Amino acid sequence: MVESPSLADPVISIKGLRKSYGETEAIRGIDLEVERGEIFAFLGPNGAGKTTTVEILEGYRRRNGGEVTVLGEDPERAGREWRERIGIVLQSGRLDPYLTVRESLDLYAGYFRNPLSTADVIALIGLEGKADERASRLSGGQQRRLDVGMALIGDPELLFLDEPTTGFDPSARRQAWDVIAGLRDLGKTVFLTTHYMDEAQRLADRVTIIAAGQIVARGTPQDLGDRENGETTIRYRSAGQEVAVQTMTPVETLHEITAAALASGEVLEGLEVTRPSLEDVYLELTAEAELPTEGRRLS
Amino acid sequence: MTGFALVGHQFRYDQKAFWRNPAAVFFTVMFPVVLFLILAVVFSGEEVDVRGGIEATTYYVPAIMSLAIISATMQTLAMTLVIAREDGRLKRGRGTPMPPWVFIAGRVGNSIVVALMMLVLLAAIGALFGADVPWDRLPAILLTLVIGAAAFCCLGIALTAAIPSQDAAAAIVNAMLLPLYFLSGVFIPEDQLPDGVIAFADLFPVRHFFDAFMDAYVPAGASAVSWDNLAIVSLWGVAGLLLAIRFFRWTPRSG
Repeated sequence: MVESPSLADPVISIKGLRKSYGETEAIRGIDLEVERGEIFAFLGPNGAGKTTTVEILEGYRRRNGGEVTVLGEDPERAGREWRERIGIVLQSGRLDPYLTVRESLDLYAGYFRNPLSTADVIALIGLEGKADERASRLSGGQQRRLDVGMALIGDPELLFLDEPTTGFDPSARRQAWDVIAGLRDLGKTVFLTTHYMDEAQRLADRVTIIAAGQIVARGTPQDLGDRENGETTIRYRSAGQEVAVQTMTPVETLHEITAAALASGEVLEGLEVTRPSLEDVYLELTAEAELPTEGRRLS
Repeated sequence: MTGFALVGHQFRYDQKAFWRNPAAVFFTVMFPVVLFLILAVVFSGEEVDVRGGIEATTYYVPAIMSLAIISATMQTLAMTLVIAREDGRLKRGRGTPMPPWVFIAGRVGNSIVVALMMLVLLAAIGALFGADVPWDRLPAILLTLVIGAAAFCCLGIALTAAIPSQDAAAAIVNAMLLPLYFLSGVFIPEDQLPDGVIAFADLFPVRHFFDAFMDAYVPAGASAVSWDNLAIVSLWGVAGLLLAIRFFRWTPRSG
């Protein structure tokens, strides 16, 4: 990664963002920055506040508090010039079923001052063979790629992708990932929301995890997945009972358990030592955030 | 592109989408034509006791013209805008530099062009059944078309605010319009309707729009332009415009 914070202002800057719907606080004061040219993943479970945040950044929703700057402007007051520079893929947006891939892109190209060529975008989203097919005849994954193409056609500096692969089968996800990874080579800044840890890990330069309207972790996918620092779990059965011991010092703990077992002649059935997977780290972080304020226990 | 060039651009694609949409083409184009043919054949040779007695076919030309124009404008706009809104397509468009009025203007232009086409088509079919096209009153007919189409476009856009979902669109639009067509004498000639019915229908714009077309086809007085009817239709249009400005939304109601 290129470290050049002094050369360019962040593309997105959020300080103390708050948003409530009635009594419910959806966003409880978050800060984050997105640098030019990076793919930034905003990861969290459903209902964590991802879409609320991204729609505030896109100018669709108004905030209750905090400062938000996107490409140097406040999205609530930004106008047409600002919209020339961003591309938006909504979480659920269907396409005009009666227009073809090419026509949908041509229509949107007309909205922008300096659009990319339709043919280039069709190649970029891998729909060369479907250019004259109506949107209604495309698969779900192909429709989503066309959706990305319509957000790209204006040649934006910044692209928002809100859960771009939710509900996809593995091969459609992989094709969508290839398209998104390709955006990095075009120098685009990408703000990606997702609830898939593997998607963030695969695509993002940096990941920020949100849960219950608060940020619970941030870092590179490697940092977050740094399992050396996690707790290790030792499991075995003793007298028919499942035992699970969690420890930060697995070598010592395991030594004590096995020494005691040897001394008493006990066979530790099903003995296993496991470290948390990325998924476990993510689930733990997001579950913790939901516990204290709600005063309830999530299974 | 400048604003007006962009309206033309939007209009081109709205036209493509319209003609490829079987439901829109059926209800807006085929249905009025078939309805006119049925009525013209069934009531062929009969006389309707309005304006000193006219041929039933002559009566049904302005009647079905009003229905076709309301269908091309109010009904088409209400239905397609609700579907586009719930699909998230309006929201996606709002995320681009395209000014919102351009989108609406493209759709309204699409409706008015289809309305004009239906007017020509029904006038031509009517002429085959002996309802001569009143060429000398063409300006009055076109003025009625433009004012009526504009007003019913505004009403259609306003109506979207009362439609919560795609599924409800057809039901709400038809529940509103079908009774008004009956009460306004569009289906059943007005000489066969009780007096009170027409008086009630006079509260709504459908009857006045029909009456304005009738004045252009079979003048009741000195002027072919039905100023009083057109004034009432315009007032409805302005009310629709104000409601649309206040209540129209670009984002889906559901989800």
